[in-house]
Amino acid sequence: MNYNWDFASVFDNWWALAVGLQGTLRLFAVCLILGMSLGLLVALGRRAHAKPVRWASTAFVEFFRNTPVLVQILWFYYALPILLPVEISPFMAAILGISLNSAAYSAEIFRGGIQSIEPGQWEAARAIGMSGLQTMRRVVLPQAVRRIIPSLTNRGVEIFKMTTLASVVAYVELLQQGKLVASLNFNPLEVYTVVAALFLIILYPIVRATYGLERRLARSD
Amino acid sequence: MPDPILRLSGLAKSFDTNTVFEDVDLDVAPGDRIAILGASGSGKSTLLRCVNLLEIPDAGRIELNGDVVGNPEKSGRARYPERELRELRKRVGMVFQQFNLFPHMTVAGNVAEGLVTVLGQSSGPARERALAELDRVGLRDKADTYPSRLSGGQKQRVAIARALAMDPEIMLFDEPTSALDPALVGEVLGVIEQLANEGRTMLLVTHEIGFAYHVANRIAFIAEGGIYEIGTPDEVLKNPRREKTQKFLAEHRRFQF
Repeated sequence: MNYNWDFASVFDNWWALAVGLQGTLRLFAVCLILGMSLGLLVALGRRAHAKPVRWASTAFVEFFRNTPVLVQILWFYYALPILLPVEISPFMAAILGISLNSAAYSAEIFRGGIQSIEPGQWEAARAIGMSGLQTMRRVVLPQAVRRIIPSLTNRGVEIFKMTTLASVVAYVELLQQGKLVASLNFNPLEVYTVVAALFLIILYPIVRATYGLERRLARSD
Repeated sequence: MPDPILRLSGLAKSFDTNTVFEDVDLDVAPGDRIAILGASGSGKSTLLRCVNLLEIPDAGRIELNGDVVGNPEKSGRARYPERELRELRKRVGMVFQQFNLFPHMTVAGNVAEGLVTVLGQSSGPARERALAELDRVGLRDKADTYPSRLSGGQKQRVAIARALAMDPEIMLFDEPTSALDPALVGEVLGVIEQLANEGRTMLLVTHEIGFAYHVANRIAFIAEGGIYEIGTPDEVLKNPRREKTQKFLAEHRRFQF
């Protein structure tokens, strides 16, 4: 195969990709924080005493786990404004779709982590007079989070990659900008190679860092 | 007789259709050291766990230093609001068979945890107090290590310090040496004996009959869904009056010489 790789045409448009990267990072940060914290809340909701709360949390998880993120993003962007008098920006639609989906998955991870803590830990905390919430905050969650860091890392990586789905509503992120550059310069091979490489270059160090964190936290056990 | 620290009256508990005990009455006077003996499955641990409401009794009344715990209803059943559970547990110390130390906290952190989180003390004084309690169980030098570094006996001594830090009015020991290597039993019993000598009120579920004889001032033998026989160690352990107590002691004496 005689293909003349021409990365110059990609790097000439580096600013377009830089703008895209900025959009990707912004969307990732928002979805990571929203997805994980909402996930924790939903996980706690699934253990609540009040039946309606339990039921609603379970319904939330099942709904968002069993519908595709791509469809959710499209639905929030095109369908929701028809139902409600709201204007949804591409950014908003992407945040809603990705965060809610991630919340459903991370809720299951948190739930598993919480359930893995031995009943004796609850009893010991309750026996010195802690409330259920104090026990959760001081005793159960710190141990549970340590155990689920590998799964949460996976979730974070997944969120980062899911940001590319936002291109479907023309949110300015890395893939969207890549498409733009490729269509202007007819160089999809080079552009998409660079886009993929950028994801790898950003994600790999982050994943390495969480391995380090895992090791550091494991030291006390 | 002085007012009891703990008074159980008509306490009953069953799991599904299995009645563990019904109608247990017990007065614990200040300074009492009551050893609770009985065959496994006789409900001695459940009885102990009802005292600090880790198990909620089906009926009966719990009084701690004259305070009725929960809201007894006419049916005999009581409701125990969350706030009352916490109040009671602050005043009752519990030591578990499996230690249940918090593995993500240092030894001193474990002991100080209740002081900080439950009693709202600031970390400085709480640590001081934790160190003093660790001193008492001989583990002050382990203050800044994590529980995973300790032997079973050391873990249990930390668990005792954690309960003592809350200044409990009564201590509950739920088979505190059953999970330990035989070589480590002595150090834990030594600490419990020391507390007994200081006049601390305690209920002790144990299989160590010799230790019970030595440390307790009263022995309660549990059988047939209640306190089957109760008295001084000499009465119950040397001259048991009732058949099941005699049988239990004979079986436990089989391997002692």
